[in-house]
Amino acid sequence: MTAAAVDTEREPEEIEGTSYLRAGYSLRSWLLTTDHKRIAILYLLSITFFFAIAAVAAALIRLDLITPEGDLLSNEGYNRAFSIHGIMMVWFFLIPSIPNTIGNFMIPLMIGARDLAFPRLNLLSWYIFIVAGIFALFVVVAGGVDTGWTFYTPLTTMYANGAVVATVLAVFISGFSTILTGLNFIVTIHKLRAPGMTWSRLPLFVWSHYAVSIIFVLATPVLAITLLLVAAERVFGIGVFDPSLGGDPLLFQHLFWFYSHPAVYIMVLPAMGVVSELITAGAHKKIFGYWFVAYASIAIAVIGFLVWGHHMFVSGQSVLASTAFSFLSIAVAVPSAIKVYNWTATLYKGDVALDAPLLYAMGFIGLFVAGGLTGLMLAMLAIDVHVHDTYFVVAHFHYIMVGGSVTAFFGALHYWWPKITGRLYNEVLGRISALLMIVGFNLTFFPQFMLGYEGMPRRYHVYPQEFQVLQVFSSAGAGMLAVAYLMPLTYLLWSLRSGARAPANPWGATGLEWTTSSPPPKHNFTEQPVVVRGPYDYPLAHPRSRQDA
Amino acid sequence: MSPSILLWPTAASRHADEVDLLIGTFGGLVALLTIPVFVLMTVFAIRYRTSREADREHPPSGRTWLEFSWAGIPFLLILGFFFWSTQLFFQIHRPPPGAMTINVVAKQWMWKFQHAQGAAEINELHVPAGRPVRLNMTSRDVIHSLFLPAFRIKQDLLPGRYTSLWFQAREPGIYAFRCAEFCGTDHSVMGGRLVVMRPADFAAWLEEEGAFGTSATLAELGGKLFREVGCSGCHGPASDVHAPNLAGLFGRPVGLSDGSTIVADEQYLHDSIMLPNKHIAAGYQPIMPTYGNVLEPEQVNALVAFIRAGAQAQEEEGP
Repeated sequence: MTAAAVDTEREPEEIEGTSYLRAGYSLRSWLLTTDHKRIAILYLLSITFFFAIAAVAAALIRLDLITPEGDLLSNEGYNRAFSIHGIMMVWFFLIPSIPNTIGNFMIPLMIGARDLAFPRLNLLSWYIFIVAGIFALFVVVAGGVDTGWTFYTPLTTMYANGAVVATVLAVFISGFSTILTGLNFIVTIHKLRAPGMTWSRLPLFVWSHYAVSIIFVLATPVLAITLLLVAAERVFGIGVFDPSLGGDPLLFQHLFWFYSHPAVYIMVLPAMGVVSELITAGAHKKIFGYWFVAYASIAIAVIGFLVWGHHMFVSGQSVLASTAFSFLSIAVAVPSAIKVYNWTATLYKGDVALDAPLLYAMGFIGLFVAGGLTGLMLAMLAIDVHVHDTYFVVAHFHYIMVGGSVTAFFGALHYWWPKITGRLYNEVLGRISALLMIVGFNLTFFPQFMLGYEGMPRRYHVYPQEFQVLQVFSSAGAGMLAVAYLMPLTYLLWSLRSGARAPANPWGATGLEWTTSSPPPKHNFTEQPVVVRGPYDYPLAHPRSRQDA
Repeated sequence: MSPSILLWPTAASRHADEVDLLIGTFGGLVALLTIPVFVLMTVFAIRYRTSREADREHPPSGRTWLEFSWAGIPFLLILGFFFWSTQLFFQIHRPPPGAMTINVVAKQWMWKFQHAQGAAEINELHVPAGRPVRLNMTSRDVIHSLFLPAFRIKQDLLPGRYTSLWFQAREPGIYAFRCAEFCGTDHSVMGGRLVVMRPADFAAWLEEEGAFGTSATLAELGGKLFREVGCSGCHGPASDVHAPNLAGLFGRPVGLSDGSTIVADEQYLHDSIMLPNKHIAAGYQPIMPTYGNVLEPEQVNALVAFIRAGAQAQEEEGP
């Protein structure tokens, strides 16, 4: 790490035995902890596990699709595999990924607080999450479900095989964990900021988590209601969605996407917050257009609630409604574009250190731009009519969720790893895996744009032969991506045993989290921080700024 | 294994060409908006890398005019494409008046087509080239979606509801159609062939199919059903039950008991048969029994075709 040389002599010393990691070694000290940092670690372990399961399902899908006949799985087996992949990835990895690990760990540190506002609620939300996650995993693997993660009616309510009701309940339960986390973040950001930490000095990571918490609290209950109605229709035959019982199947789609479109912003807003931190730290420069980046997060959260109908352009929704949703979907791209242009401008006249976190951040920007602009294509009605429900859509949302959110998650993990664990990882391996991830990702998903435009529908186990070459490219890319995900797992874990001890501020970054020791003490700071500067005040880089108080 | 990569799908209609032109031009705009980001990001990262001497004096931390221009200008440019694309979308929802109607019923996991002339097909659809074809579609079970890649169109099929799709094939040929909405176990094999024929060949094909099959038109089949399932008992001219007269009903506005008015289209007729209490015609008692559990969608289509044709047959053949 090139930045490691910056001003380490003034770092706050880690007083032996006070780090949160040394506050207790028993299992009980972890499972009954109310320390937001330890809960973040619990989340990190759980989501890594669920990510691995969902990735195995993805590997099965990609292996199966190497041949047009799909020799590995049966039709039913394939449908179950993509249902496991979607359900576990969306609800048990992507939605909690950055907020509940990095956010949970960093928000109190970044605003100068000792913990979240409701530490026990924080632990409860992890318990709800882990119970729901293990239940969901058991159900989708042992029972099997073939509805996809979208649970469209009346397929799900009347026709699908497998443990539909149990799956729906697992997702329903996990929603409470999300709501509690959102509530906790909102109250924490409002009430626990350190003296001097005004809203205009709030790190952009915290702004984006504030925006995402609003979505957590407002959108998740809609999903809960919808899933309960699905269960009620399947079990009791209450006619809400099934037309043969007098229901309306499109009502389900409206309710589902009213949650699930904002859920896409749940996945990407925290990633944007991460990138704002990584870019400024990597470029050692103040963010370009702080207020525009901050309010863009809020704008995305708000407009994001008004675009759900763009999932329904070919569903039989009225032409007029489709036109309105098309327009609003174009509008929601504006704040995202503002962010991208501001990040690029931030690099101008910077002091750029191309370390792994910055490479991941730049990877995020590139892949997010590709995903966002193909999203604009999908917002165009006449184009969507052709590519809706094809691989074009699959490629588009993987560029956002994997190319965007997962890349940012890995960037965040590298950037804050020294703070979280107190160890430095191998920077060379970090850079190699960042580059490998960007190349592997594009090889996997770029061919899918072509497949989609050529007419390959999504969720196809058996496909026409003319698509095979591109499918093979995609599967080869997935293999490369798997290596790029396994590499960090290896060298990050290795660093825990053999990595060099991390100084308090290895990147020479601003932000209160770098003013405390690595790893931080149990109560985060040995004395109450007082903030006198804006964020990213880079010509006067930390750790000196803390002494200004 | 086919070694070739398909780079661009065939375009079989004018609409397909227009969509290709739209996405091609839009792709150009996208490149215009993104290439600067990629280039500048790389240039800045190299020119201002920490090991290199560079002019870092007075780094800017914001320019309001710049913010508004990079928010506003792309938005306005894209808005132009919004109007273009929306206009194309309106076109595919407005079938030309002379379009021939073919009924489509999707079910797990097959496609059924009913021609007005009586021919019925499964997983294969014959149409004439150069003539607009309107598909009047519904599903028997779950939601399916008819996707015609060579025509760049698709539309979901919903149970209990009609949706429609129209296209005009440029020239004879064989094109694939596929189900695009996940519909259960065999979703991926729910496809078929669209056979576009020269109009003369198509007429001959209809003739042959008709002779091979029932030799009755869809409306005639509907007329037969009209008597068999008991519709004529109330709606026939000889009936003394106070029930609406269906002759010439199709396309006419109908006054409802709640004071509103509805046009008697395919959906209205479907609902009146399957969910008779949904709309009660003004001046009538809600006494019609539901056929929701009695009739298949194909039969409803035949009855609708019969009523559309004027509901005259029962008078000719009735007592």
